[in-house]
Amino acid sequence: MRKVGVIGAGLTLFRRRMLETPQELAYIAASRALDEAGLELKDIDCVVIGSAPDAFDGVHMKGEYLAKAGGEKKMVSRVYVGGATGVMTAISAWYHVASGLCEKVLAIAEEKMSPARPHPQSVFKYIWDPITEKPLNPNLIWIFAMEMHRYMAKYGIRKEEIALVSVKNKRNAMNNPYAQLPGNITVDDVLKSEVLVWPVQLLDVSPTSDGAAAMVVATEDVVRRYTDTPVWIEGVGWTLDNTSWPGRELAYPRYLENAARMAYKMAKIERPYKEIDVVEPYDPFDYKELHHLEGLMIAKKGEAPTLLKEGVFDIDGDIPSSPSGGLLGVGNPIAAAGLMKTISIYWQLKGIAGKMQVKKPVHTGVAQAWGDLMQASTVIVMRN
Amino acid sequence: MENPLKEEELKDHITISYKPFAKYEYSAGQAISKYLEGLKEGKIIGRKCNKCGRVYVPPKMYCEDCFRPTDEWVEVKDEGIVETAVASFISWTREKIEEPEIVGTIRLFPSKENDYVFPGVFHRICCSYEEVKNMSIIGKRVKAVWKSQRKGDVNDIECFKVI
Ligand SMILES: [Zn+2]
Repeated sequence: MRKVGVIGAGLTLFRRRMLETPQELAYIAASRALDEAGLELKDIDCVVIGSAPDAFDGVHMKGEYLAKAGGEKKMVSRVYVGGATGVMTAISAWYHVASGLCEKVLAIAEEKMSPARPHPQSVFKYIWDPITEKPLNPNLIWIFAMEMHRYMAKYGIRKEEIALVSVKNKRNAMNNPYAQLPGNITVDDVLKSEVLVWPVQLLDVSPTSDGAAAMVVATEDVVRRYTDTPVWIEGVGWTLDNTSWPGRELAYPRYLENAARMAYKMAKIERPYKEIDVVEPYDPFDYKELHHLEGLMIAKKGEAPTLLKEGVFDIDGDIPSSPSGGLLGVGNPIAAAGLMKTISIYWQLKGIAGKMQVKKPVHTGVAQAWGDLMQASTVIVMRN
Repeated sequence: MENPLKEEELKDHITISYKPFAKYEYSAGQAISKYLEGLKEGKIIGRKCNKCGRVYVPPKMYCEDCFRPTDEWVEVKDEGIVETAVASFISWTREKIEEPEIVGTIRLFPSKENDYVFPGVFHRICCSYEEVKNMSIIGKRVKAVWKSQRKGDVNDIECFKVI
């Protein structure tokens, strides 16, 4: 396998109801990534597109549609594993290079969630089993609320402890120039916000967002030619669990542990809680960051809330978690949000994260995303 | 370069609305057909893999762990333990609703507390918002409340109720 590095990344602002079309958003992010890399589009061999359900943008076959942002006359592929897509886009770009197929790959992830009417929620109706689930008129927040309540019940975790994630991430987002929902909020604000599906309240959830992200991945030779501060992709992992979520223990994300083990083995990480310096776990809901810190084996089962309270995951803590502000603070254009997490780790390791830069020196970082019917997870390990 | 639109600007725009003319006739397959027939008779039918012992509810024609055909139809109890429960104050289009809808997952018997996978269903639970909020419903033993007129549909069960 060839050694693979990252040499550039770009984001658009994450906002609700962007005037720009999905293609324009993808173009903006891709141009910024190429600028940072010091490359032009003609230098790129392959393009990987990441986008979640077509239904969000309201355009079918979004891969072909978004390929207009740089993919013409090139090898283009689209990846899609639900919410886990953003990190999978980076992983897919990695194996295009690691395999020896391409020298320089442009990875683009885009999502425009706000056009759906009456609400993007209704688009999710078509992800359920049409016979055994859809007749109950489920809402997507239902399953996450079910998972959150199971996690709380199994380990005796209180809402106050979970709300601290939202407080931390929105606070971190104040340092992020791309963020949609930064803010200094309190646990009380979360607990007093509108109840959507108990135990999920408005401030427990990430917002509806539009946005795009892009990253340039290349071979070792190219990386060394273009930068003196290389960042390498050293481990990747992805797995899927079954779709029978009502017949499965929801308190622990087994699918993530499997993906993390794969990535850690490749990166030769044996003690994740000691060796990982900074982490961007997927946080479309506040409890999900805690769930994922446990699945990533950075915290023991049921113990992430205690470490959070002790400040371990703060921006100046031992293992800063979501220093970007995460989906709760930056926004959640699904696939773009996952790639944003990967880019956030790349910027941290390169030391160019600006006001987002964590206090401690960092050497190893992990980004993770999650999706489908609580079953898919993708993990990427990077080092400088 | 990027320009988010304001709420009032959105009102000035023309919205093109259109309903996709997409109709589906789903095939339930062998397993779910039998499951639906069972519901019509007031029974919950599963399918068992004799190699690993796993019971699938809703049934599956193959065992995803052993990657081989499942072996036999089994009737499981219409009773189980509430694994999790939530109270929804929004509809599936995210409109506010006054009376919360209470749903959850139920681990049906036969199964054991520490099983990671089990025969399980997602359904409505007949209990109060208070019981969801104070979490007392989680871990309770419940039984299906069957409708008297049944047509072979998951809605043949009204909800699961504490016994
Ligand atoms: Zn089996």
